[in-house]
Amino acid sequence: MKFHEMTAHELSALMQQGQVSAEEITRDHIKHVEQVEPSVCSMVSKTESIALDRAKEIDQKRASGEVLSPLAGIPMGIKDNISTKGVRTTCSAKMLENYIPTYDAHVMEKLHEAGGVMLGKLNMDEFAMGSSTENSRFFTTKNPWDLSCVPGGSSGGPAACVSAGEVVFSLGSDTGGSIRQPASLCGLVGLKPTYGRVSRYGLIAFASSLDQIGPFTKDVEDAALVMETIAGYDRRDSTSADVAVPRYRDYLNQDIKGMRIGVPREYFAEGLEETTVSLVKQAIKKFEDLGAIVEEISMPYTAYALAVYYIIAPAECSSNLARFDGVRYGYRDETAEDIFSMYTKTRAEGFGHEVKKRIMLGTYALSSGYYDAYYKKAQQVRTLIKQDFDRAFETYDLLLTPTAIGPAFKFGEKSQDPLSMYLSDICTVTINLAGVPALSMPCGFVNGLPVGLQLVAAPFAEGTIFKAAHAYEQATEFHKKRPVLEV
Amino acid sequence: MTQYEAVIGLEVHVELKTKTKIFCSCSTEFGKAPNSHVCPVCLGLPGVLPVLNKKVVEFGIRTGLALHADINRRNKFDRKNYYYPDLSKNFQTSQFDQPICEHGALTIDLENGEKKVIGITRAHMEEDAGKLVHNGNTISVSSGSLVDYNRVGVPLLEIVSEPDMRSAEEAKAYVDELKKIIQYIDVSDCKMEEGSLRVDANVSVRPIGQIDFGTRTETKNMNSFKALQRAIDYEIARQIETIESGGTIVQETRTWDDERGMTLSMRSKEEAHDYRYFPEPDLAPIVISEEWIEEVRRQLPELPQSRRSRLVLEDGLSLYDATVITDTLAMADFYDRVRMGIDDAKSIANLLMGDLSKSLNELGSSVDESNIDPAHVIELIRLMYDGTISGKIAKQVIPEMLKTGDMPKKIVEEKGLVQMSDEGALEAIVLSVLQENPQSVEDYKNGKDKAVGFLVGQVMKATKGKANPGLVNKLLKEKLSLN
Amino acid sequence: MSISKKDVEHVALLARLALTEEEKVLYTEELNAVLGFMDTLNQLDTSEIEPTTHVLDIKNVFRDDEVAPSMDPSQVVINAPAKKGNQFRVPKIM
Ligand SMILES: [Mg+2]
Ligand SMILES: [Zn+2]
Repeated sequence: MKFHEMTAHELSALMQQGQVSAEEITRDHIKHVEQVEPSVCSMVSKTESIALDRAKEIDQKRASGEVLSPLAGIPMGIKDNISTKGVRTTCSAKMLENYIPTYDAHVMEKLHEAGGVMLGKLNMDEFAMGSSTENSRFFTTKNPWDLSCVPGGSSGGPAACVSAGEVVFSLGSDTGGSIRQPASLCGLVGLKPTYGRVSRYGLIAFASSLDQIGPFTKDVEDAALVMETIAGYDRRDSTSADVAVPRYRDYLNQDIKGMRIGVPREYFAEGLEETTVSLVKQAIKKFEDLGAIVEEISMPYTAYALAVYYIIAPAECSSNLARFDGVRYGYRDETAEDIFSMYTKTRAEGFGHEVKKRIMLGTYALSSGYYDAYYKKAQQVRTLIKQDFDRAFETYDLLLTPTAIGPAFKFGEKSQDPLSMYLSDICTVTINLAGVPALSMPCGFVNGLPVGLQLVAAPFAEGTIFKAAHAYEQATEFHKKRPVLEV
Repeated sequence: MTQYEAVIGLEVHVELKTKTKIFCSCSTEFGKAPNSHVCPVCLGLPGVLPVLNKKVVEFGIRTGLALHADINRRNKFDRKNYYYPDLSKNFQTSQFDQPICEHGALTIDLENGEKKVIGITRAHMEEDAGKLVHNGNTISVSSGSLVDYNRVGVPLLEIVSEPDMRSAEEAKAYVDELKKIIQYIDVSDCKMEEGSLRVDANVSVRPIGQIDFGTRTETKNMNSFKALQRAIDYEIARQIETIESGGTIVQETRTWDDERGMTLSMRSKEEAHDYRYFPEPDLAPIVISEEWIEEVRRQLPELPQSRRSRLVLEDGLSLYDATVITDTLAMADFYDRVRMGIDDAKSIANLLMGDLSKSLNELGSSVDESNIDPAHVIELIRLMYDGTISGKIAKQVIPEMLKTGDMPKKIVEEKGLVQMSDEGALEAIVLSVLQENPQSVEDYKNGKDKAVGFLVGQVMKATKGKANPGLVNKLLKEKLSLN
Repeated sequence: MSISKKDVEHVALLARLALTEEEKVLYTEELNAVLGFMDTLNQLDTSEIEPTTHVLDIKNVFRDDEVAPSMDPSQVVINAPAKKGNQFRVPKIM
């Protein structure tokens, strides 16, 4: 097998056995990037030379007998809304096209400590707003399984990049499904951790009460490895939970006999494609074969989640994105003669259509006379949605749902109808509102395009997810399939 | 003609005396080079998050208790959204519907000797904004501005009064008393000129007898007590004049122009006031326990109002003296400790308010920053009691004491300042002074009592100020009447 | 509820966004489409329901009042579109 088709745990084992060096692995990936990146277009910035220096450093450390993390020397990619010191961080926005952070995000500190080798910063929907990466202000990223299809979004770059073998794993962010939906569309494992599990320090905020950083990997074991590295308390994030991080690898290779799994019927609502339903049902059968007890349940407030999400997320974003005003960093309209027109022109030119729309939607929802009807109401319904989950987890260890309404769609297919794009988030946004962890993993293919299922657990029960996901993965072959890219 | 009364409510911002900013670990030190106390968090760089300084909450509780306010056991931060270049995030993290303190009160002493209670609506925690330096003299003629974010994130407590004041004098008395309390509880320096105490005045007028309030204006930018009074007086007069001449008052923000002595409208066409407050998702709510409140309460000093009453009622001082002595906590504490050693409140007050304050002022120092302890003053007064030194000598001892920190007895001995009370020796000097000043003797005999003063002065001069003044007086009068 | 072009203009003013006439029309349309499905929330009686601001039950997250070094002032303005010395420069305010 080629290095760029392997997982982190496989490559790590080879390095530990002395069969290959970090430098060789890195060079192999850089070469592969050169070959496939022109067709995949997942990288906003490439950092090969820093990567090679890092890889050599790791090899020296290993040679000197240092005990290294399994992620040491592993090529990785980072979504371009995660602050990287000295490396341009754009949010795929004209507003931040030339912004170079002076500090590292918490997750970057953790990954540097572990010896991860960053090959590039990855494309996304502008400021993480979108479900297809078509809202990037720079270029569109292609789905490696079919280059005429979207990779999903907003973390389309991180998903496509891993799927195409350009990096071994990547980090994305998930506010309403932005990790899980592209993972589903690109045939990867993607995890949105419990809110508070991974520090948001350095993640350029979209919606503060919903955002979480999480991994894209080729299999479940790699997801566990990355989570062991990036999860944990950070005093710089007041919403970071001071809860010990388990050794997630301990949950792998476990028996799931007797595990109780609820399947909420509301997640199989209209709009979901037949083929997806049938693949998810096959997966349910597989879990039953593995000894899990699967039952249909009801989560009655699911129907309101999209409305709640499209109030809360824009409201928070309207405030979070106010700081992009042309004063301290980022784009500025140079023609304006007074501060007011400098603000309005800078923001009109620096933000794209979708971002402006959400800023206005959120501004409206918070404005005088509408706060109670929209924002407060949404927060109240959020309470009801969360109670749905509390109740479900009194009885069930996990919930199982589809991740997306179907496999990857064609470019332009949904961007003409903005509302249908919003509706495609139906299975994922509810999870962010409740703050619970959820993972998407492949459960089959439709016309050669991957389809994912979603496993959801109670807060901080990522271990339970890994246990079930790994058992299912070991009993199936989907994770072994790689897209074939014409190069 | 209609008689009007003014209705005044004040919003006072005090900068809290914490070492670090409210949401980051940058220093709050004043007057440093531009943007030298700035970090990613207070600069509002993309991706940063706030973490609350515990001391700010403690200071909030302390202030609430000193203002007899209710401490909200559960309170939270909200975002106040508006665009201005002195804000690094274009929202101010503040408190909206659940402030840390509500329903307080403060008592002021009116000129006529009566007391008046001014209600305090609320006090809330928030972050300060940065500083804009305008090219050209003022904001209105400026071609652009420079922004320094050192002050961004310095913790503020905004204390909002009820509209209970009726004159600029009452407003001044309120701010004066509030400032004193804040300084007593040591949560702020309250330096108006450095901007660590800032007052916005909400002023309206109404015909006397009318219950409804008139339309109010909010005036900002008063940098001294004098400016505060002038601005309020100006605004009252302007509003009455406007109404009398058939105009209406517009609800607006105005700025005080000290040079021109007038308030000016700050409205601009773009301004639309809608702060879109919502709960700050990046900060956890604050839950204050009874234990925490009690712990803070135990550390509270006796407050100015109570001290004044005690000094008047128990120590027999005049209200004026009591007010001067309790002006600062340091002086009030100093007085109390001297008082424990000397059972003569009036003498202590005279010394502290007189010679000691004078010498401290000359040094630009205060009693707590000085070299001396209450023990110094106790010893000094005792030396005066037992006749070792005179009040006049004390005037020489005090500056020396402040300079060196030496005890008065030591200074008196080393400098040979002991009072001359040897009657024989003094008698000889008195006689020679009389001999040298026959004109003054003549004047005295012609009924000019003032001449004695001159002669005493001459004796003092001859003894380098050491002669016991009582004894000199006695001897002079004896000799003069013999003559 | 529906949003008018005038509302869109007001919201754009609050959010400091300059819009062309065509954009005003387009956003009025698009925002109305989204706000339309928000109305489903009105089916729910939430008068007795506490709003959720924080999905985790967190409280009293504090920092000690201890000074840490600030940035080098030249780093503060490193990304500034316009600066003078170590200060940010903005066009006239009034
Ligand atoms: Mg305020
Ligand atoms: Zn700071």
